[in-house]
Amino acid sequence: METQVQREGNQFVIFRMGNEEYGIDIQKITTIEKVFNITRVPQAPESIKGVVNLRGEIVPVVELSKKLKMEHSEITEDTRIIIFKIDDISVGFVVDEVLEVLTILPEHIENINQVSSDVSLDYIYGIGKVKERIVTLLNLDKLIVIK
Amino acid sequence: MDMSQYIEIFIEEAKEHVQNLNQSLLQLEKNPNDMVILNEIFRAAHTLKGMAGTMGFNKMMTLTHDMEDVLQLIRNGEIKINTKLVDILFKCLDALEIYLNSIISSGKEGDFYCEEIINSLRKMIQEKVIDTETEINCPKPQDKGSGLENFGHTAQFIPDGYEQKVINKAKEMNINAYKITIMIDKGCLLKAARAFIIFQTLEKYCEIIKSVPHVEDIEDEKFDFEFTVIVITKESEELISKELNSIAEVEKTFIIPMNQKELAEAQRTTGSDIDGANYSINALNEISAGLLQEGNSETCMQGEYEVGLAEKDFKDSKLLNTSKSTKTGKTVRVDIDRLDVLMNLVSELIIIKTRLEGIEGVQRTQNYNEAVEYLERITTSLHDAVMKVRMVPIEMVFNRFPRMIRDLSRETGKQINLIMSGEETELDRTVIDEIGDPLIHMLRNSVDHGIESPDKRKEIGKEPVGTIYLRAYQDGNNVVIEVEDDGAGINADKVKKKLIDSGLITKENINTLSKKDIINYLFRPSFSTADKITDISGRGVGLDVVRTKIEALGGVIEVESENGKGSKFIIRLPLTLAIIQALLVLIGQEKFAIPLSSIREIINIESKDIKLVQKQEVIILRKNVIPIIRLGEVLDVPDAKSNSDQITVVVVNKGEKLSGFVVDNLIGQQEIVIKSLGKLLMGIKTIAGATILGDGQVALIIDVNSLA
Repeated sequence: METQVQREGNQFVIFRMGNEEYGIDIQKITTIEKVFNITRVPQAPESIKGVVNLRGEIVPVVELSKKLKMEHSEITEDTRIIIFKIDDISVGFVVDEVLEVLTILPEHIENINQVSSDVSLDYIYGIGKVKERIVTLLNLDKLIVIK
Repeated sequence: MDMSQYIEIFIEEAKEHVQNLNQSLLQLEKNPNDMVILNEIFRAAHTLKGMAGTMGFNKMMTLTHDMEDVLQLIRNGEIKINTKLVDILFKCLDALEIYLNSIISSGKEGDFYCEEIINSLRKMIQEKVIDTETEINCPKPQDKGSGLENFGHTAQFIPDGYEQKVINKAKEMNINAYKITIMIDKGCLLKAARAFIIFQTLEKYCEIIKSVPHVEDIEDEKFDFEFTVIVITKESEELISKELNSIAEVEKTFIIPMNQKELAEAQRTTGSDIDGANYSINALNEISAGLLQEGNSETCMQGEYEVGLAEKDFKDSKLLNTSKSTKTGKTVRVDIDRLDVLMNLVSELIIIKTRLEGIEGVQRTQNYNEAVEYLERITTSLHDAVMKVRMVPIEMVFNRFPRMIRDLSRETGKQINLIMSGEETELDRTVIDEIGDPLIHMLRNSVDHGIESPDKRKEIGKEPVGTIYLRAYQDGNNVVIEVEDDGAGINADKVKKKLIDSGLITKENINTLSKKDIINYLFRPSFSTADKITDISGRGVGLDVVRTKIEALGGVIEVESENGKGSKFIIRLPLTLAIIQALLVLIGQEKFAIPLSSIREIINIESKDIKLVQKQEVIILRKNVIPIIRLGEVLDVPDAKSNSDQITVVVVNKGEKLSGFVVDNLIGQQEIVIKSLGKLLMGIKTIAGATILGDGQVALIIDVNSLA
């Protein structure tokens, strides 16, 4: 079973941030939620939008646009929170729109080192190419540092 | 066989047994002739041996095995209990604990060798014993009966072959067998319950080997007003008769000794059964014979564990039966994480219920309203029930102290009597886990600084034996723990001198301080009044650590002391950490919770009442100057009203100090469930946590201590 999946490639959840498309390994995602009451936390780091109640659990929500140094976008009908587990801690990421789930074959993923040698980009897992689309695959674990 | 799945259970149970051994051994030291305690120790050691063997922890097994040998000799009266012996046994327990800790951390027993202890144990055995080795290891055949009493019950009242064997063996050992018929009053309403009481009473004095009707039928009330049992006992007929007749609603009892003739007759009638019984006894003998070859102990350990239960004399198995049944039937071990999950689900349920109540556009018939109300009642009860599950008796912490005090008193040569009360007081599990260390600190303090040496005590006209009281009790929403000693007390002058010497306070200022203020300096970091540093305390890290810990748990600590008479430390802890009463306030559009316990009062003032003192806003409340903190500004709340004429101020206290929090609006008082903000948001000073409100929104809890 495992080898089967390997051969067929990994599944990625594809989402939109501004005009760019990004992907995250589906295995690490707990759930995708609509934006609901986000409570602002005073004195929290700038990139943290606040906390939400996810079925009784308090989950911090990270503004992904800030982390990716993109322009801030307004919350719309399409905005979603992707809840992701890092070291057993749930963290939410605000994304502009969740598009679909794609299977990307390993041979269609280009290593980031071939595009840029910038080490600060280690949160980019690779660049996926599906037909004419280009998807930036993220390593969210690298994006968040938990002390 | 993979044992890893059992290791958790093993650890939990082994801990319990070691704790149990510690307690019993302490008791035994005080009452060396109490066979019940000795048997309890024996049983615990034996069970540990079996468990360790099953799990393949050979070092633990060897140690407990040797302990058992010594205990057996004590039981046979071949060794007298003395302090030296108890010390060795305590050392064994310490070694067992070392093994256990190693198993907890690494899953292995570790490299610790306890040969010295084992050798001293073996020396004990060799000194006193010449030829008893075989007796120790050889399980007595007649003992087998007790564990297997439920074999083959027949409707008629004739002891079957198996029971006869037991009775015969009992006779040989000068233990009496009686047939007891008990008649219950015809007017008795709950005869099963009554019968249960009778069985309990009987089990106190004897071993029940047969009952007609069967025990299960009696429990189901499937009997008329009488039943008959066969028992074996060392007690006299009169005693049993007296005990039975003292039970209410027992009409008559007939006690008939079982004699050989009767037995012989019965034997004839149930001849066919005997083969079966013989078979089982033979099987047991074989197993025990196998056990004697301890060399291949590993393989037959499991077997021994099972037989082990049947391997004691009658008095013992009686004890075994009663204590076993009380222990296993009542509790279930649950991982605290699972309880947290349950708790979360309940919170979630409450939230969805609140939402259900608020849904608009539903046709609200009476039926609908009733259903919602019913749901509300159920969720509230469910919530309470789950909270209660998290509560554990403080006994869990207290029960290790007697042993500790004993060791300390031997170490220091002081005579100390520890009196504990209120062990059953319940606290939230999280508090229980944290409170142990502070209490140890305080008890050590009492031993080291408080209680004087016996000579000195005699000199000043006190009892040579010092007393430390450890009390716990519930007081409203708090649990109070007191550590009191009748020792030297705190010498305020000595503290004063130390304060001046260490430059903490100038000579001029010292007299302005009250006695209470001075004593409170003991809670300052690196402050100790002990003249010399001992192993026990005196490094000055004690009391301030204690205070920090207690405050972290949301509690307070006070001290009362009288020089020469003793001191008393009083700890107040909230009943639970998870749920508190809070005041919800509105600042701008955001809701915040302020713990009710720190709120003094709420006042409405006019903006012109606020004065400025060194750029700090203050108000004067009943001649007290109180600094004002505008929460909207501190918490960077967008669009908080700042310039209205009427201002609401929540007056809070941090210790003695008062502060006023300016808020926009009050929402109301509410019970809230405290949740952590998680690791990602740790270290935000102004916020103590978060809670989920009825509508599912998250509200933050203000950390009064850091703001005020």
